[in-house]
Amino acid sequence: MATTPTREVARRVFAGEFNDAHYTFKESDDERAPVYLLLPTGERANRVFIVGTLMETEDVGDDSEYWQGQVIDPNGDRYYMYAGQYQPDAASMLRELEPPAYISVVGKPRTYETDDGDVNVSVRPESITEVDAATRDRWVVETAERTLERIQHYQAETDEDGDGATVDEYVAMAQEEYDLPVENYRRQVVEALESLEAEEGVAAEAGDA
Amino acid sequence: MTDLRTQATEIHEQFSDQLDISVDDVEERLDTLVNEYKVPLSEARRSVTNTYLDEAGMERDELGGGAGSGNEQVEIADVDAPEEWIDVTAKVTELWDATSDAVAQVGLLGDETGTIKFTKWSKSDLPDLEEGKVYHLRNVVTDEYEGRYSVKLNRTTVIEERDEDIEVGSDDVTVEGALVDIQSGSGLIKRCPEEDCTRVLQNGRCNEHGEVEGEFDLRIKGVLDDGNEVHEILFNKEATEDLTGITLEEAQEMAMDALDTSVVADEMRADLLGKYYRITGPTFRRYVLVDDVEQLSDPTDAEAVLIKARSI
Ligand SMILES: [Zn+2]
Repeated sequence: MATTPTREVARRVFAGEFNDAHYTFKESDDERAPVYLLLPTGERANRVFIVGTLMETEDVGDDSEYWQGQVIDPNGDRYYMYAGQYQPDAASMLRELEPPAYISVVGKPRTYETDDGDVNVSVRPESITEVDAATRDRWVVETAERTLERIQHYQAETDEDGDGATVDEYVAMAQEEYDLPVENYRRQVVEALESLEAEEGVAAEAGDA
Repeated sequence: MTDLRTQATEIHEQFSDQLDISVDDVEERLDTLVNEYKVPLSEARRSVTNTYLDEAGMERDELGGGAGSGNEQVEIADVDAPEEWIDVTAKVTELWDATSDAVAQVGLLGDETGTIKFTKWSKSDLPDLEEGKVYHLRNVVTDEYEGRYSVKLNRTTVIEERDEDIEVGSDDVTVEGALVDIQSGSGLIKRCPEEDCTRVLQNGRCNEHGEVEGEFDLRIKGVLDDGNEVHEILFNKEATEDLTGITLEEAQEMAMDALDTSVVADEMRADLLGKYYRITGPTFRRYVLVDDVEQLSDPTDAEAVLIKARSI
């Protein structure tokens, strides 16, 4: 009997970590098998959920419309997304939205090789919606929590207390492919949360005045 | 006894007064369906039962649960299939206004594990149930609509009042997350009008009954995602109207103006996707059926997460 394939979870990842990722892989040889982006904190991502500020939109297509959107996270890092004729709803959102605007994006990570041989990562949006500041703030806290969970898992797996064998295959893969200090991502979490508190502080002072 | 034999014995008991059949006859029919035609046992049982109902000229309602009280005493949360004969001990937690003359009473029964809708037919000629009282109900039959189970009291049902109280529990789950998808088959849909069918039509066709004049309905099949887990959620008409503020009538007008039913789902997507919700309701297969929905717009506490981030 045909079983419904399990839907892929949309990972929460700040732009700093997302843009450090470049390694993609499949779990099987099947042509339709999902493609995963390996995150440097040792998790696979077939889908991401992002809420941030849309800073710029531009039609970068030659023959047909191909929209680029740039979304900034609290640390000032940017996600790049591209939507063309095969993502008509997302493309029309990018055409119509006027930056700056808070948007939420559900999408798939895509990698592409630049002319000088670097691999860049971007998002191919499945849907884009305009949202409010409260939704964005909730996403920042949630993304901080999910990132911390990955970091703690990574640290537990790579803890040096003897044989040093890493059990989790994605953590092992991340060590192999990136070997970047996860401390960087912990710092991004702290900064993102501090920026929320700073915003709150400003709002509170404005309220007192 | 094998499963087949058990089921055959139960079916035989239900018809032993009306039909001259043996348990072997019944088992043979079941065996053919299950082992030769690979029909699931529950479906085979339904099919064989229907055959005997026809032969006996009986309605399903007239069917007892077998001689004596051979039924299982079932807890409400364990009701997970339609057309099963069961006994329950439950408290009447709510009585609603019956919307049809055919229905004498309709309301909610509850036990420690959860609640379930009940219907009592007028023609079954049973005494009235009172709100707040506990009853032992023998020989009620289960039913299902859109994933929600109910029990029907029929003329074979035995009602016994119990001098006890029950603390009614809940089998609801609560899930939170961002709404990351509204799937096809959402918005303004048409259902097959054939009795007990209610399948959603695809291009005006029912899988079972072919081309039919459909009846409009509203629903949302969505996906809630918290970054660790996904939950598929199902809003029925009431829950959809509640969340979107679009009534069925308004949705039909929107579709008529646009000459296209898909505008309704499109508008729902634009309004709802990418926002956070908390949803409460019972589960059915892989779905959470939405009874209660709340958009999460309060600020969240960044402080606790920040303390954790600084400490690791
Ligand atoms: Zn039908």
